[in-house]
Amino acid sequence: MKKDEIPQDDANLLEGKTRDLCYAVDKDGNYTTGLSTGWDPKNAALQHALDFFDERAQEVKEKVLKGKLSPLAYFMEARFMDANLLADYMEISKRDVKRHMTPKYFKDLTDDVLKEYAEILRIDLKDLKDFPTS
Amino acid sequence: MQIDFKHHQSAHCENGVTSNLLKYYGIDASEPLIFGMGAGIFFTYLPFVKVNHAPGSSFRPMPGLVFKRAASNLGLGIYRKKYRNPKKAMRDLDEVLEKGMPVGIQVGVFHLTYFPDPYRFHFNAHNLVVFGKEGDNYLISDPVMETTTTLTTKEMQRVRFAKGIFAPKGQMYYPKDIPESINYELAIKKGIKKACADMLGIPIPLMGVKGIKWLAGDVRKWPKKHGEKKAALYLGAVVRMQEEIGTGGAGFRFMYAAFLQEAAEITGKSELKDLSEQMTACGDRWRDFAINSARIYKSRDKSGESYEMSADILLDIADMEKKVFTGLKKVY
Repeated sequence: MKKDEIPQDDANLLEGKTRDLCYAVDKDGNYTTGLSTGWDPKNAALQHALDFFDERAQEVKEKVLKGKLSPLAYFMEARFMDANLLADYMEISKRDVKRHMTPKYFKDLTDDVLKEYAEILRIDLKDLKDFPTS
Repeated sequence: MQIDFKHHQSAHCENGVTSNLLKYYGIDASEPLIFGMGAGIFFTYLPFVKVNHAPGSSFRPMPGLVFKRAASNLGLGIYRKKYRNPKKAMRDLDEVLEKGMPVGIQVGVFHLTYFPDPYRFHFNAHNLVVFGKEGDNYLISDPVMETTTTLTTKEMQRVRFAKGIFAPKGQMYYPKDIPESINYELAIKKGIKKACADMLGIPIPLMGVKGIKWLAGDVRKWPKKHGEKKAALYLGAVVRMQEEIGTGGAGFRFMYAAFLQEAAEITGKSELKDLSEQMTACGDRWRDFAINSARIYKSRDKSGESYEMSADILLDIADMEKKVFTGLKKVY
């Protein structure tokens, strides 16, 4: 790759927080570096993956709305987690986490436990408590 | 308190932390040089390991190895410690900073507050340098960021004790026993020999050049075996490993070419310069692979032709890289 070919296809995936350092050759054939705001094939790969995960999360959301699962199940999927990982973070058993995924056990959880979940899942307590259910 | 530490942005976190920490101790080695001396170039395809619902692939060896190999080839010692108890881990970090030493730590990016959101997956092998503490804020030099940043004590403890694969377990490290003089030529030779052994000599068909060939074979089968949707996700996952934050473009191939160029100057071996150019060509071919694959996951090309073409490009790359590493083997 030539230095003047370092791609600048900004799809706002880096959110303006940083740019990627790339290695490329200058006109004399010597290696140098330059910053890139993004590259289309790479942006598209990430976006495609994010859409794929979002589709899965939406399927879980449907089940939450129908009262089959608790809001925790949706946020777990939306944050690319599984029961194992969430149990690790919560320092409780996987069986307990799976129970909390059901509306029956979820409704008895204290605010303290919900707060802990919310922090791990990077959401607010109210996202869990005020999740719309039909 | 703040340590007089210079932040230099790098493409990859581990090389960057290593290079920046060594610079602090007066060893002026660039990122490509660290990467090459640490034998950072690799390829492995791990179809049975699923990462975010797709088969795993990697363009570099296991986390921590580049630092370990670079330090060992340069004749340095490393202090490294893992923790069970977060409180103890935080206390020890503070103590090291009190002594005025910058320190490398391993973290997970999922809770890394300053990181761009779309990249905050459960990736636990990220590295950064802590170079001071002011009030409740740790001063952070994250080599993939353009500028320095901070983390609160609470945030710091959370990222150091991220959970899941490669859980950092509070790991911190810094170089010690710095030798009086450094033999770069020897470190370069050792790094290149190790890279050749990794790319050509591992008797497992999923690793090195053979891994690229195996991947090519699987890419052809994906659309029939898993359906369009999953096949596209799988191909995208390879491109992400190749291009996302940290590889410097084309799965570290350009960075390795930069290393070979620098190595040619240091050692005076002109063959390395030719091999650097060949390596650049490999990198350009990886970029072709990404461009062709993007057609599939962008427009959902259903003909299956694009998969064949992506696989053909991979076979081409395998041959090209085999030539480069065979050439490197002849030099050393």
